[in-house]
Amino acid sequence: MSLSNTTGLLLSFIARLVTGAQGHWYGCVPKAEQRIYFANHQSHLDWVLIWCALPRELRSHTRPIAAKDYWTSTPFKHWLTREVFNAVYVNRQRTDDQDPLEPLVEALRNGDSLVIFPEGTRSNLGDPQAFKSGLYHLARQFPEVQLIPAWIDNVQRVMPKGEVVPVPILCSVTFGAPMQLLPDEDKRAFLDRAREAVTSLRKLGRSA
Amino acid sequence: MLKYLRNLSAGEQIGWLFVIVFGILGLATVLGIALSIKAADESQQEAAERFKRQLRTSWIMVTVFWMAWIAGTFVSVLLFGTLSFLALREIITLSHTRRGDHRSLIVAFFVVLPVQYYLVGARYFDLFSVFIPVYVFFAIPVISAVANDPERFLERNANIQWGIMVCIYGLSHAPALLRLDFPRYEDRGAFLVFFLVFVVQSCMVVQGYVARNYRSLKPVAPRISASFSWGSAWAGVIAGGLIGTLLYWITPFKPGQALGMSLIACAAGTLGHFVMKALKKDAGVHYWGNEGRLVTGAVGLLDRVAAICFAAPVFFHSVRWYFNI
Repeated sequence: MSLSNTTGLLLSFIARLVTGAQGHWYGCVPKAEQRIYFANHQSHLDWVLIWCALPRELRSHTRPIAAKDYWTSTPFKHWLTREVFNAVYVNRQRTDDQDPLEPLVEALRNGDSLVIFPEGTRSNLGDPQAFKSGLYHLARQFPEVQLIPAWIDNVQRVMPKGEVVPVPILCSVTFGAPMQLLPDEDKRAFLDRAREAVTSLRKLGRSA
Repeated sequence: MLKYLRNLSAGEQIGWLFVIVFGILGLATVLGIALSIKAADESQQEAAERFKRQLRTSWIMVTVFWMAWIAGTFVSVLLFGTLSFLALREIITLSHTRRGDHRSLIVAFFVVLPVQYYLVGARYFDLFSVFIPVYVFFAIPVISAVANDPERFLERNANIQWGIMVCIYGLSHAPALLRLDFPRYEDRGAFLVFFLVFVVQSCMVVQGYVARNYRSLKPVAPRISASFSWGSAWAGVIAGGLIGTLLYWITPFKPGQALGMSLIACAAGTLGHFVMKALKKDAGVHYWGNEGRLVTGAVGLLDRVAAICFAAPVFFHSVRWYFNI
C-alpha cells in the first residue's frame, strides 16, 4: 500500500474518531455516477467529512477544490492535496486571460466527480450565505452530471475558526435528492433553489 | 464441583468463566434462531429479531471483555477508556456548549480522561477518587471563564461537569475494580468487573422485559420515561440481587455480602439509568431506535453504559468501605 493510501486511511480513522463522520443518504444512494456534490461550508474539516462519508471506492474519483496559493504553499500541503485527496487547484486571484472555472471543467470532462462549497468561504452563521455562480455555470455546461445537495451538521463545534485542536463531537453529512438546472431557468433563481435544497436537508436531519 | 473450581488458579477460573458465558451465549443464539424459524406472525418475528439484536450486543461485549482479559490490565483500562471517550463524545454532542467552551472540552477529552485512566492503571486510588470531583471541578469553570463568555455560564459548565462525572469518573470505576487488592483474591479482579456488569445488565434486561409485558404498571414520571415504574424497578433490582447471590462464588464475598453488594449496584444502576433519561430528554432527544440516530449518530452507546456509569462508583466505594481496602 502506498504512503498516500495509508495517510488517507489514517486521516479517515482520525476523522471518524473525532466526529463519527456519518453519511445519511436521502433521495440518492452512493453510486459511481458522475456527480457534483455541493454543501454548506463552515470549517476546514467539511471536505474531510464528506470524503469519509463516501464509500472508499468513490473517493479517488470524487475531488475537492483547493485554493492554489494556499494548498501548494508548502511541500506537505501540496503532497496532501495532490496525492491523498486528488484535489483540483483553482486560482483565487482572477486574471483576465483565464476562466477560474477552467480546471473544474477539465476535471468534469475527464469523468471525475467534484465537491464544491458554493458559498465560496467559510461562514459561522448557521444559515449558508448566498451561493456564488460557479455552480450555475457548471450545471449549464454539464447537464448530464447529477447535482447532489449536502448538509454538513455540527462541524463548526468541532473546530471553530481560530482553534487548532478539534473537540470530539459527532457530525453528520446528509445527502439529498439530485436536482437539475431547469430549461430557461434564471441564474439567481437556480442558485436560490440550490441553496434551499441544501438548507432543507438540515430540517430533515433534525426532525427525523 | 465448587471445591474443584475454588482450587484452580485464577487464570483457570477466569478461563472457565468465559467458557460458561460463551456456552450460555451459544445456547441463546440457537434459541434465537429457533424462535425466528418458529415465529408464526409478524409480532413474533419482530420479537425474535429484537432478541437476536440484543444477543449480538452481548456477543460483542463478552468477546471484547475476553480479549481485554487475555491482553491484561493495560488493555482493559484502555478498553474502558475508549468507552468513556465515545460516551463523552455522545453526551457533549447532545449538550449546548458554546465557542467559549472549546478549551474546556479539549481539557476534558485529552487531559482529564487520560489522567483519570492513568490513575486507575497505576493504582493511585486516593487521588483517583478526588481528581475529578475536586481538581477538575475547579479547573473547568476557570478555563471557560478565561474565554470571556458569560452567557448561560452555569448551564454550560454544568453540562461539561456532568459529562465528565458520568462518562469519565463513573465509568473509570469499572476497570478500577480490576486493580483492587482483596486479600486471597489476587489477580481475580476480572471476576469483580464481570460480576458488576453481569448483575447490572441482568437487572436492566429484567426491567425492560417487565416494562414491555406488564403495561398496566404506572410510570413514575411519564414525561421522562414511559417505561420506568416502581414495579419494574423492583423486579429488576430483586432479579439482579438473586443473580448476584448465585454468583457469589466468583467474588471475594460471602453469599449475604454478594446479595447486599448486587442490590446496591442494581439500585444505583437503575436510578442512574432513569436520571440519564431525564438528561437526554432535556437535550432534546425524544426518539429512540433508528430515527433518533439520524441526527448525529448519538443515542446508542450512552443507553448501554448509563447504568454501569452510575453503578460502578457506588459499587466500588461500597466494596472499599465495607472491606476496608
